Amino acid sequence: MRARILGVAAAVVVLIAAAVGYGVLSRDRGPAVNSVAVVTGQPVSVQAKGQLLFRNTAEGPDFGHLATVPADRPGEPRKVSGLSCDRFAASAGTALCLAAQPGVLPPMTDVIVLDKDLKEIRRIELPGTPSRGRVSPDGKLAYWTLFVNGDSYAETGFSTRAGIFNLATGKLMKSIEEMGLLLDGKPYYSSDVNYWGITFAPDGKKFYATVGTKGKTYLVEADYEKLVARMIRENVECPSLSPDAKRIAFKKKVSADLAAPWRLAVLDLASGKETMLAETRSVDDQAAWLDDRTVAYGVDSAVWSVPADGSGAPRELVAQAASPAGV
Amino acid sequence: MYIATSRGSDAAADVPKSGVKRAVTGNVVALGLVSLVTDISSEMVTAVLPLYLVLGLGLSPLQFGVLDGLYSGVTAVVRLVGGHLADRWQKLKAVACFGYGLSALGKIGLMLAGSSTVAIGAVLAADRTGKGVRTAPRDALITLSSDPEHLGRAFGVHRAMDTFGAFLGPLVAMAVLWLSLGSYDSVFFTSFCIAAIGVIILVVLVKDHQPKPRAERTKVSLRETAGLIRQASFRRICVWAALLGLVTLSDSFLYLVLQRRWELGAVFFPLLPLGTAGVYLLLAVPFGRLSDRIGRWKVFLGGHVALVVALLALLGPVDGGILAVLALVLHGVFYAATDGVLMAAAGPLLPEHQRASGLALVQTGQATTRMLASVLFGLAWTTWDLHAAVLVAAGALAVVVVAAAVLRPLRTYA
Repeated sequence: MRARILGVAAAVVVLIAAAVGYGVLSRDRGPAVNSVAVVTGQPVSVQAKGQLLFRNTAEGPDFGHLATVPADRPGEPRKVSGLSCDRFAASAGTALCLAAQPGVLPPMTDVIVLDKDLKEIRRIELPGTPSRGRVSPDGKLAYWTLFVNGDSYAETGFSTRAGIFNLATGKLMKSIEEMGLLLDGKPYYSSDVNYWGITFAPDGKKFYATVGTKGKTYLVEADYEKLVARMIRENVECPSLSPDAKRIAFKKKVSADLAAPWRLAVLDLASGKETMLAETRSVDDQAAWLDDRTVAYGVDSAVWSVPADGSGAPRELVAQAASPAGV
Repeated sequence: MYIATSRGSDAAADVPKSGVKRAVTGNVVALGLVSLVTDISSEMVTAVLPLYLVLGLGLSPLQFGVLDGLYSGVTAVVRLVGGHLADRWQKLKAVACFGYGLSALGKIGLMLAGSSTVAIGAVLAADRTGKGVRTAPRDALITLSSDPEHLGRAFGVHRAMDTFGAFLGPLVAMAVLWLSLGSYDSVFFTSFCIAAIGVIILVVLVKDHQPKPRAERTKVSLRETAGLIRQASFRRICVWAALLGLVTLSDSFLYLVLQRRWELGAVFFPLLPLGTAGVYLLLAVPFGRLSDRIGRWKVFLGGHVALVVALLALLGPVDGGILAVLALVLHGVFYAATDGVLMAAAGPLLPEHQRASGLALVQTGQATTRMLASVLFGLAWTTWDLHAAVLVAAGALAVVVVAAAVLRPLRTYA
């Protein structure tokens, strides 16, 4: 028996050593040199017009950092800042950075609101992992979606929590779930209601979002002051309002295939007409409008753009990048 | 837990020929150790999976949730198959080993699956299959290596060790993330190593049950397993456990209700299960012993009474932190008084060569009705409101508990 116990003890030591060794070796974050051409040490301003901001996902010391290239010359070396974000957005001189706290369980996210020179204005610590982040066209509202696990029906299920921070008033809404919700004009209650992917109109009052309930997704139009939302259309996910506020780019579920469920589409709000975009791959991102004619999005570890009217073809803007924001 | 610790030194000692002197045998402690180590391994993965899916892979977790739901039905069937095969081949340890091994390999599978949703779903399905397969033969081994009079205590020790492992899991995961500077692969690899340790302990230190030579060496057939139901006392325990399952509010709902009542900061939400687990850990052994002394069915029903009181407390006037503590303590009591105790109550009713299939039958019945209960409660919550739904749930549970107490299904074994 003693020999057996010694055998087990030896196996335990070997396996633990293997695990620790693996962990220590994993500390090596790949190459010490960036795998793409970068410019470091220069100030990054989110107010400078005509630039494309994004999360740099090229291997190297600047992995995960906010980077920028001129929008008309995206092939130039990327200017990298020291700010580390999992999701990034910027508009009208305000930036939003969602950064998961490293190695914290249950997961926590820092929602960081910054000024035009990336100086921190407000940091909000919230439970969950970063999913979507946006800044309103006037730069006064920052809003985000986090994935939270644990509070849904299924033991292993996830749910979303979308929040809004008002820079002008300092008001923080940690979750918009408490809003009144109308379906076909009637109040709708269900314990499984989830909101995600907020997008604000230029007036800073009206906003759109996705609501998910009972396995279906809807587009809701909401009033920020009255806090009422009404469902206006089915199967519209992660809406993104165009700069002229007339159209919404969104993820449309087109297939039950779990490997490729979504296509990018644009909805004309006045006519209700939907246009499928030329991107045929499944895109799981909230599209970002670069101008009234073009949307950008992250897919296959790169940032791409495609015309918003269904014509043309997708074009790769920046390789090894995510979370695009045009300013 | 203290029993397990103090006996840790002789964990590997031979199974005593008679369990009179030693209330918890070395084999039970060894099985507890396997569960402890395995739970560290699986809870590590559970803790980092959301982070990994969203940030590591950029998957949409809602999409994953759909996939995950597809596989949850698998467990019920697999548990029955595991129990049946263990009895048919009279190889409890081997079948349990297969289950533990499959789950261990799943961790390597997670490293290999990459960002494919389908592959990750398949790996998790394999993990769940492993979990389903091993449960019944393991519980059968516990009953067969314990003195029937002290079964409650034996299961108490086993479940306490199991829960302790679940406690450690997230802590180990955090330590690995810290050490590896946030490498998810390291978490999966460490999880695999720890699961492998569990399998090694099982193979080397756990003794298999030696079946007594039976007059006719016919294999246990499915017909024979189904025939278990004809035995009145066992049938009653199955039916009542399933009935109680049908009116038992699931954990996640209890936490949701508590969160709404307490207006709990979302930060603390994931900590609620830890509250329940902590109480369970502390009370598993005392309640197991109590069940040996005053009767297992009594303690089992008592646990459900605690759940009724917890539900009523959720509707009552007390609010805030006190309510949370009260509800979590009662919820922990419910687990400590029911989980292992039911196995301890059912075990002695079953012939040795059909122990695993029989226990699988009880567990599957209960798990299936509990799943149904979740659906029904979700429906009630949506159609009426929260308050009414909880009230109805508490009422229904109370009625079934009273009926079970009056009819005393386990008269002879109480």
